[in-house]
Amino acid sequence: MEMPAARLQPRRAAGLGAARAFGSAPAFLVLLLLALAFPLFGGGYWGTIATRACVYWVLVSGLNLVVGFAGQIAIGWVALLTLGAYATSVLAAGNVMPAISPYLALAAAAVVGAVFGLIVGLPALRLRTFYFAITTLGFATIVTQVALAWQSVTGGGVGVPGPVFSPPFDTQWGFYYFCLGLAALCTWMTANVAASRFGRALTAIRDAEVAAEACGIAKPALLAAVFLFSGAVAGVAGGLFASLQSYITPDAFTLDLSVLFFIAILIGGRGSILGPLLGTILLTVLPEFAAPLVAWSTFLYAVLLLAIVLLMPGGIADLLDFKNRRPLASHRAIVPRPELLPRLIGAPVRESALTLDRVALSFGGVRAIDGLDLAIRSGQVHGLIGPNGSGKTTTLNVISGYYAQQRGAVRLNDADLPPFVRHARARMRIARTFQTPRIVGAASVIENVMIGGTIAGRGTFVESLLSLPRHRADEARLRDAAVLALSIVGLEALAPVRADRLQHSELRFIEIARALMLRPAFLLLDEPAAGLSADEIKRLGALLRAIASAGTGVLLVEHHADLIFDVCHHVTVLNLGRMLAAGTPAEIRAHREVVNAYLGG
Amino acid sequence: MVQSIVLSGVAIGCIYALIGITYNVMFAASRVFSFTAGTLGMLGGILGALFIARFGLPVAVGFLLVLAAGAVFGIVTEIVAVRPVLRSIEQHLYVLSTLALALMVQQVAAIEWGTDARPFPRLLDLARGDFDQQVWLPMAACLVAIVGLELLYRHTLIGHAFLAIAEDAYAARGLGLPVRGLRMTSFALAGAIGALAGFAGGELLLAYFGNAPLLTFYGFVPVALGGMGNNRGAVAAGLLLGLFQQAANFLVGGIFASVAVFAVFILVLLARPEGLAGATLARRV
Repeated sequence: MEMPAARLQPRRAAGLGAARAFGSAPAFLVLLLLALAFPLFGGGYWGTIATRACVYWVLVSGLNLVVGFAGQIAIGWVALLTLGAYATSVLAAGNVMPAISPYLALAAAAVVGAVFGLIVGLPALRLRTFYFAITTLGFATIVTQVALAWQSVTGGGVGVPGPVFSPPFDTQWGFYYFCLGLAALCTWMTANVAASRFGRALTAIRDAEVAAEACGIAKPALLAAVFLFSGAVAGVAGGLFASLQSYITPDAFTLDLSVLFFIAILIGGRGSILGPLLGTILLTVLPEFAAPLVAWSTFLYAVLLLAIVLLMPGGIADLLDFKNRRPLASHRAIVPRPELLPRLIGAPVRESALTLDRVALSFGGVRAIDGLDLAIRSGQVHGLIGPNGSGKTTTLNVISGYYAQQRGAVRLNDADLPPFVRHARARMRIARTFQTPRIVGAASVIENVMIGGTIAGRGTFVESLLSLPRHRADEARLRDAAVLALSIVGLEALAPVRADRLQHSELRFIEIARALMLRPAFLLLDEPAAGLSADEIKRLGALLRAIASAGTGVLLVEHHADLIFDVCHHVTVLNLGRMLAAGTPAEIRAHREVVNAYLGG
Repeated sequence: MVQSIVLSGVAIGCIYALIGITYNVMFAASRVFSFTAGTLGMLGGILGALFIARFGLPVAVGFLLVLAAGAVFGIVTEIVAVRPVLRSIEQHLYVLSTLALALMVQQVAAIEWGTDARPFPRLLDLARGDFDQQVWLPMAACLVAIVGLELLYRHTLIGHAFLAIAEDAYAARGLGLPVRGLRMTSFALAGAIGALAGFAGGELLLAYFGNAPLLTFYGFVPVALGGMGNNRGAVAAGLLLGLFQQAANFLVGGIFASVAVFAVFILVLLARPEGLAGATLARRV
């Protein structure tokens, strides 16, 4: 079919720049204007409340990256507030060394907070959810006990005076604007991260960790950066808190505060900046409307938490997400445009091969793969078929590093692939999809695809925080590539839609688009045709052929015999972990044993 | 001196072990760790003091009422915070829902009972001695709980049913077992054990609302180190924890003892995330 030249240009869907964090820029501006004008309306006491909300938000904004984005259940973050408060107060008062300027003390508190943020956070790399939650809780209990006991420094139960900042920040409103400025800065920085490849990688770790690994996202480095940042702003918040309180004792840092921070994020909604900001304001102000409520405030927060978890897991952010309530067209066809592939993948990769050499792997007494030889060459589609339990997916998992073979070798050209280093596969440009699509449901389609290109970015985490030029260049490049990848699989019209609103077949094509973002030398597909209609399978076949023509080696694990025989250059048939037959589709079709055992008469 | 460290260490260790068993019984029935485990211990202490010291009820009646209250709270936990989120267990919403419930109860206790630690009545009319009731009662309670559970699991039909749903809830449902009823019964049992921990350890821990987070943390240490779902491991690790804590208390002082416990806990977990007893990892792909 002839295409008009103009159609080859990938269409830019309108409003693509609407990452959830930035889509609400007007709301942030309105909030900032209200906050700036607040002293015109509010009286003295309300000034304190407003300052407190700003201080809390400085901490919550950082914690939001940990809880809301990375999905780590950190419930003891008050410990970092405590550390920051004492560090600032003690240094400014000169309890241990000559007194230093409160601003320097505040900076020191940021350093202390960052270090301890890393220490409290790093167990998250090894520990499962509840374990991590408990360790943060334990840390919070202990920091308070130490503050109480270390009398020579912290003053014990008597406490220490908080720092006093120099004019113009020494008056109530002066200090308010100081805190507001820092809160606005934190909002801006975390929104930058949220809309960067780091923010998307965090949500991938939260909702689709296996896919994150396959995209080359190294969890340790990323989480370390987030914990450092979150700890630093928590330390600063502590210093501000101490100044606001004007005198601090260990009693000021109850677990109730931790709960407030944590719940503000969940009420606001995970993966949003505006939601938790509103949540923080709400929870700070709520108890002030009725004096009797103050004693019951933690009870109230807990009830809110339970209600949110059970009734409205998306939080405020979901309520405000009007864009995603518009109905989608009901009859949507996926029309891939494989002719755009060369523009994404570029010049064909040099000839290379992914080989398995007598690979064997047993689970207990079951031999899942038993001495398998396989060679996938660039530019070819290699089919892997066989009955259930014959070892197809296990083979794929050995190649991508989820299992380690017990015997034999997996090689890319002549180099052995290291087992278990899953995220290293992406750097070797080996991409994969999954039997059940692993997608970040709460992120938009285009964000999901952009996750696939995470390792292509050049800017660092700090550059993203401050939205420096390299960060902006990365984002523009990733977005263009993602639009192109979506056009190739035929889903560019759905780019701004939340991924969990899509049909199953569309998710399969999104996974392929995400894998294409790596410009893969090898693409491993685990039953991509499962759940697709006959038409869609045909289009998938054409797409796979085109991907191979662009120079990529494709490994296709499938049950649909028609698809296998249509698109494959070479087919390997597995049975009970062993190779039953191998050859061209025509040879396999004529193979008596295969026909009897598997294909049927 | 050594004798008193060992005695109090074992006694405290038995309380931690009982809270660990509370975690385990709930976990076996639902694959859920519940933040309410420490809350149950706190309730055992406060309700015991309330029934016996304030209302003047006989010790036996107060004891039974405490166990019943623990069982009721266990059932409430199952209905309110566990059952609704079981369907999407991979999202770990249970961490939040049980935390919310634990906080609610803790806050009610702080407001209605007060935030001061108050004395717990002496349960038996015996003279004080080195091997006092405040140390042997927790030991006896722990012994009764662990022996009772072993007998229950090995020799009764309902015990076999508990083991079946712990092993594979889907298969158990397929066999026609009333999974929901068994889960509620497990939570009631866990509630009674948790309340027993706080009641038997009342004299050591006092009737104090702040015991809830402390027990939630220290009670989880035996679970994490002993291997989840492993009651004998929990008792062994609980005793070790108690002894270590009391020894550190004596050697370096109370606060740094807490720091030491925390540090050791983290280091052991980082070295062996599956616990000292070990367990396998689930399939991910």
